[in-house]
Amino acid sequence: MHELSLAENVIRIVEAAAQQARARRISRVRLGVGALAHVEAETLQFCCGLAARQTMLADAVFEVERMPGRAHCNGCGQDVALERIGLPCPQCGGFDLLVTAGEEMQVLEIVVA
Amino acid sequence: MCTTCGCGHGETTINGISPVRRKRVASAAHGYRLPGEHEHEHEHEPVAGPLGAVHAPEVDPERTLRLEHDILASNDALADRNRARLAAQGIFALNLVSSPGSGKTTLLVETIRHWQQHTAVAVIEGDQQTANDADRIRATGVPAVQINTGKGCHLDAHMVAQALDTLRGDGALASDSLLLIENVGNLVCPAAFDLGEAHKVAILSVTEGEDKPLKYPDMFRAADLMILSKTDLLPYLDFDVEAAIRMARQVRPGLPVICLSVKTGAGMDEWLGWLKAGCGQAQRAAEPRE
Repeated sequence: MHELSLAENVIRIVEAAAQQARARRISRVRLGVGALAHVEAETLQFCCGLAARQTMLADAVFEVERMPGRAHCNGCGQDVALERIGLPCPQCGGFDLLVTAGEEMQVLEIVVA
Repeated sequence: MCTTCGCGHGETTINGISPVRRKRVASAAHGYRLPGEHEHEHEHEPVAGPLGAVHAPEVDPERTLRLEHDILASNDALADRNRARLAAQGIFALNLVSSPGSGKTTLLVETIRHWQQHTAVAVIEGDQQTANDADRIRATGVPAVQINTGKGCHLDAHMVAQALDTLRGDGALASDSLLLIENVGNLVCPAAFDLGEAHKVAILSVTEGEDKPLKYPDMFRAADLMILSKTDLLPYLDFDVEAAIRMARQVRPGLPVICLSVKTGAGMDEWLGWLKAGCGQAQRAAEPRE
């Protein structure tokens, strides 16, 4: 259940940014989670709600944007879409894939007032 | 502050966080942007009246702050610091990951028994509860620090930094040595957390399913070596070694694999050779030292 640790990091990051911006409240937090990231996006979203209790983020809405996975196939030389780790190259069926995108776990933006 | 129109409500800067990107402020009435966001591609529409009146500074409108801050940034920064500290001393550090019961601690004990004439060794043990594993390591005469994560399911870079401080305080972190970090038995969560190790080593025992690498791809993908342990039990099991290796290499192309049994000693020389090569590299990379 490392999603709760990650959610606690989210709260710390957002609080620090909001305080820096002299914001009084945070209404929305948008997270970016790649399709190949080491995290279950829905669980992270749920855990953010738990971790937000009794913080500046208590009333914030958490949204998750899923970023697609991409890989370069060393077999056929193509840049391809990759839905999850363990799937073959959709072009040639090989597994010699170098992930190029989709591992992100970020706080993309926050809406504050 | 915009040097053309003077707008700059809030003077928002986010220190240490990715710079704020172009993003229109939510308040449509203003048509201004946060400072730093606009590089003057924005049109200065005719403004009626003094700026202060138009921008209504007493109103506290909602605004969007673009952060693009990695959720694991603080862990990764600490991991980098751990890595630099270890590298400066020529210490070869490994993060051993597996499910509970794969034989990590037994492998460590046996490794230490064969290793002690080569270099100094220290061990960091991670478990939710008990100091049993650290006690087993200390019984070999090697210094060990036990991290109890309580409810935590993984070690993180902060815990390891503290454990390194403890080892160093005890004079137990020798230069040009081997550091073995046994993570909490868990094939999911430890994959995400860099501790500052040179490599993650995934251990899969043959009493588990051979499709574990496909079921838990993140962990095997994060590993630089897979050890297939308890191979002395293969005659009693239906475990397909070739299939396990093939599946591991589906998620981590080219993953080196060592088949090993601490009972019979099979594969131990290959494992010790791999450790020696890693230690040699770490030592050479640390030279010259002051």
